[in-house]
Amino acid sequence: MHIVVCVKQVPDTKIIKINPKTNTLDRRSAPAILNPYDAHAVQAAVKIREETGGMISVLSMGPPQAVAIIKKSIEIGADRGYLISDRAFAGADTLATSYALSKALQKIANEEPIDLVICGKHAIDGDTGQVGPGIARRLDIPPITNVIEVSEVNKAEKTVLIKRKQISGYELIQTQLPCLLTVEKEINSILYSPLPNMLRAARYEPVIWAVSDLGEVDKTQLGLKGSPTIVGKMFTPPKLEGGKKLEGSSDEQVSQLMDILMERKDLLKLKETSTAN
Amino acid sequence: MPEKFDVIVVGAGPAGTSCAYTCAKSGLNVLLIERGEYPGSKNVMGGVLYRKQMEEIIPEFWKEAPLERPVIEQRFWMMDKESVVSFGYKGLEWGMEPYNNFTVLRAHFDQWFARKAVEAGALLINETVVLECLVENGKVIGVRTDRPDGDILADVVVLADGVNSLLSKQLGFHKEFRPDEVALTVMEVVNLPKDKINDRFNLEENQGCTIEIFGDSTKGNLGTAFLYTNKESLNIGVGTTLSSMIKAKLKPYDLLDYLKTHPMIKPYLEGGESAEYLAHLIPEGGYRSVPRVAGNGVLVVGDAAQLVNAIHREGSNMAMSSGKMAAEAVIEAKQANDFSESSLNRYKDALYGSFIMKDLEKYKDAAHVFEKYPQYLRDYVPMMNRAASKFFTVDGTPKRDKQKEIMRNMTSERGKFGMLQDIYRAWKAVK
Repeated sequence: MHIVVCVKQVPDTKIIKINPKTNTLDRRSAPAILNPYDAHAVQAAVKIREETGGMISVLSMGPPQAVAIIKKSIEIGADRGYLISDRAFAGADTLATSYALSKALQKIANEEPIDLVICGKHAIDGDTGQVGPGIARRLDIPPITNVIEVSEVNKAEKTVLIKRKQISGYELIQTQLPCLLTVEKEINSILYSPLPNMLRAARYEPVIWAVSDLGEVDKTQLGLKGSPTIVGKMFTPPKLEGGKKLEGSSDEQVSQLMDILMERKDLLKLKETSTAN
Repeated sequence: MPEKFDVIVVGAGPAGTSCAYTCAKSGLNVLLIERGEYPGSKNVMGGVLYRKQMEEIIPEFWKEAPLERPVIEQRFWMMDKESVVSFGYKGLEWGMEPYNNFTVLRAHFDQWFARKAVEAGALLINETVVLECLVENGKVIGVRTDRPDGDILADVVVLADGVNSLLSKQLGFHKEFRPDEVALTVMEVVNLPKDKINDRFNLEENQGCTIEIFGDSTKGNLGTAFLYTNKESLNIGVGTTLSSMIKAKLKPYDLLDYLKTHPMIKPYLEGGESAEYLAHLIPEGGYRSVPRVAGNGVLVVGDAAQLVNAIHREGSNMAMSSGKMAAEAVIEAKQANDFSESSLNRYKDALYGSFIMKDLEKYKDAAHVFEKYPQYLRDYVPMMNRAASKFFTVDGTPKRDKQKEIMRNMTSERGKFGMLQDIYRAWKAVK
């Protein structure tokens, strides 16, 4: 069983600041971390490996500093790490990124066939969730998104049972291997890494590939050149104004609430909500 | 079977990293364990890094280390409620190589320093807490971390785990602190644009200023406050011994607020944005609080060994030097393949023969005297302010008469004999 987990280095958006002039993320204001969903993806791979044996490789695209998140993945339990890093990848949108990663996955598969690809649901800096399905389409394997459980990995039959989160309830899918999963945080909790993993990660040097190492690549599909996405406008959403907390017994709270609703009939009309998320 | 290293260093602050760096450079197999997310994430100091001791470890470090500003001016303030008597020194030679000292932000500096140790060959692991030393037949043989499969072995374990060194307490080297042996320092990093800092402190590009503030900065309690310039921020903080905080029923953050709104200080901070709030214990017990520093297979360095000179606000430099001395002892012990206490006592001898223990010995009674006789900061600072005000106020009184009156006021407050006693006592404490 060879599992490849695609991981991304992202700024910690919990503490990042927005440049008020350009409305872009001020990347210097936050440390770079392993995308939290990707950490769960690596942990999911570790759990599968415990049952089936085999090997976990992690793959990332990014600047040389992204080695740090590959080491982090080794801490969690990955066996090998690959980083594709080249000026030619810079400025890639999700289309160009999934192209570059699928080329690297093909190269990894030439060394050792891949049974399963796992990605995080989305990266916390872009929130698109497009790269995973993009890779699946390019590799021509089924993409299964919003995964909250993986069970019954059958090596002989090459099948796996997947639980997907739905808006109401969940969906159980049995599918063939290889396939690509994008995982939710609920799939597991990140375990505290054993000390031997820490030592291995501290010593680990990932394989770094440039574009020229990836074999036949259509350079017009890479980086900024291969990215049709145009960002029209960015803005910081207005801060929510503080609300009012109703206190007292349930009855008191209900009557207070009724008073407010009777007074402010406009609140009962549905507000126009943004569907950006 | 756990892996074995030549040396395990616990704590990636200045002491631990200096030790790890020096050991790794000489080819030893070193593991440096840090509990924080990264080196520097949990470390606090006022912000002055001394050039000399750092240079002994990494020559010309200023060419690559993330420093804030070279300090070209040091001011000392005797502050009262609405006045200040100030003296200081500003010299452009401090702004040129080889410099005197620098302001730094520890979160940046410690990360860089630890990276140097890693480049030299040390292995660094973060987010890992060392729970205890593994002891066998009276000899420390490794450490137990909080991670699964967390034991790890070494010929020597160097404890650089900071002021409240739980590991040296576990070994019985330390007792619990008395409240007069530690100070609590609270500080803030206040962001302020570069040109504002340069204007307010009368500085040019790449020039820094430090102000040490005595007197009303601690409401007369034993301690000091400080205001240092970074590139685009200020470090402001205040520290007093726990015992005087307890006695005066002071809350540390109240004291910091008091300081920040003090009329002598407020204009410097105006318009600044608080970016970080930090607090830390500082070992200020001095000479008499230094624990046993060497045992079988174990050494204690830096704050863990209580190596801080509170009078001269020196600590990180002593930490670095002690780390280097410990490393040298380990290297020699490795050559002799003898990690017993008597072999590792080379470190103790080096430490006691160095400026570190000599300086601590010189001031061994100082903190005690100033704690016991609080009049120095509480009474003399306001007295000096009144004297200066009187002397410099032009009101038609002849200067000779003013001098006489100043002397009369001073002696009437403390009494001639009392004053002489105070002066003698202070001189004896710091001579």
